[in-house]
Amino acid sequence: MMKKQAVIVGGGPAGLAAALRLKEKGIQDILILEREKVLGGILRQCIHDGFGLTRFGESLSGPEYAQRFIDKVLDAGIACVTDCTVLDITPEKLVTAASREHGLLQIQADAVLLTMGCRERTRGALATPGTRPAGVYTAGVAQSYINLQNIMVGHEVVILGSGDIGLIMARRMTLEGAHVQGVYEVQPYPSGLPRNIEQCLNDYGIPLHLSHTVVDIRGRERLTSVVVAQCDEHYRPIPGTEQEIPCDTLILSVGLIPENELSLAAGVELDARTRGAFVDEHCQTGVPGIFAAGNVLHVHDLVDFVSLEAEALANSAAEYLLTGSLPECRLEVKAGNSVGHVIPQRISGTRDFTLSLRVRQPLSNVSIVVRQGEKEVLRKRMHKALPAEMIQLPIRAEKLSSSADMEVYVE
Amino acid sequence: MKRTFTCIVCPNGCEIEAEYEGTQVLAVSGHLCPKGKAYVTQELSDPRRTIATSVRITGGTLPLVSVRLTNAIPKDRIFDVMSEINRRTLSAPVKIGDVVIQNILGLDSNVIVTKNIEKA
Repeated sequence: MMKKQAVIVGGGPAGLAAALRLKEKGIQDILILEREKVLGGILRQCIHDGFGLTRFGESLSGPEYAQRFIDKVLDAGIACVTDCTVLDITPEKLVTAASREHGLLQIQADAVLLTMGCRERTRGALATPGTRPAGVYTAGVAQSYINLQNIMVGHEVVILGSGDIGLIMARRMTLEGAHVQGVYEVQPYPSGLPRNIEQCLNDYGIPLHLSHTVVDIRGRERLTSVVVAQCDEHYRPIPGTEQEIPCDTLILSVGLIPENELSLAAGVELDARTRGAFVDEHCQTGVPGIFAAGNVLHVHDLVDFVSLEAEALANSAAEYLLTGSLPECRLEVKAGNSVGHVIPQRISGTRDFTLSLRVRQPLSNVSIVVRQGEKEVLRKRMHKALPAEMIQLPIRAEKLSSSADMEVYVE
Repeated sequence: MKRTFTCIVCPNGCEIEAEYEGTQVLAVSGHLCPKGKAYVTQELSDPRRTIATSVRITGGTLPLVSVRLTNAIPKDRIFDVMSEINRRTLSAPVKIGDVVIQNILGLDSNVIVTKNIEKA
């Protein structure tokens, strides 16, 4: 059995950034385990630009953004095993993995960093009625076919869901000669970023139909049409509004789910709202020495913030490894009025941290209020607040009380 | 004339209320930085976009390599640029930054490789 100070599960943007920061902090004995043949995670197929504006001050494609980290990881001599699937993690931090090159690996880690990212919601999760023809893809699968494997997925396209990957794929398929008939979103507001609505749909004249969903999928071998309908405020289709749209391809962009099967095996408790781990301000889960950051913790909009969060995680993990412990976090952070979720869910009240949250519905001219009992810690005025945009607020230790739980709400 | 623009320059995606006359911007509000006003001015006179796509590659670990433009091109030339890019085939290996097409269609923008592809 191998021993490692830190085992990093997943070599995407979070894992790569965490590995580099651990190394900078003096942790020598690091191992990255990656399921795919190469490092980089989902960025490999995200060939559009717009990555790195915050971090590098320039607009890079996904593969370029990833390569900047991969080059540094390799230069730093950090060990990576690719084509390697982690099978189990125990609460005692024994990691079991299967690798084509090394066979079965068992590694006892002092710290485990969970950076597995997220996966897509599928048709099964929506329970859309209809037949089971070819031609129904999640946006990420279509992206992989088109951008990595040179396989065009179809010609007459309908997109269900207005998530960012669906919007990006609407543009991508249009550039490759497909006809995207429209994007249908069950909610009365888009779930993707406004700039993607603008540059991926409006630029190409692709209509966005809010409060609409797909109620039937038709075709035997291949998809031949979908039926869309308008929805009421409870997301129920309104009878009589159905419309059949002939198409050969249906793309689903209906949400991302943190990939936490391994976390559960390790005894990590998950938050039903984020579907990621409950963490404290050190990105530490309920299991001491097991940390989580990036899309496995909560789904982000921008990779720049994934990298930042993973670096904050690594700062704490390095402290844990070098000193043997981290300050206790006894105070709860609660999501109040109109706040969907918060990260972290526990704090010490003695240190700076970054508070991440999303609002439940689109709001304008509101304040985000952070409060501990009678004490107002922070109040941020916002011209607009959208569920599609994660809000991050730096919280300073000197503003905090170390004795009262925290509440975050919209006023 | 009045119109609301969604700025695409950065992830802030500012909603900018603009008052304009032809291509002349009279007043803007709602933008968080000066790039917002510049974006509206550009949109009114000469809207430009960058694009990212892929090029076939032979002898590599993948059948495609991703590419992008180094400078924005006029929006109405996007499909001309796509067909020009689609005529190319590369052979492995290629590295990030390699120029596939210099000054594409005379539009003052280069097509560059955005992924390292090794020989298979």
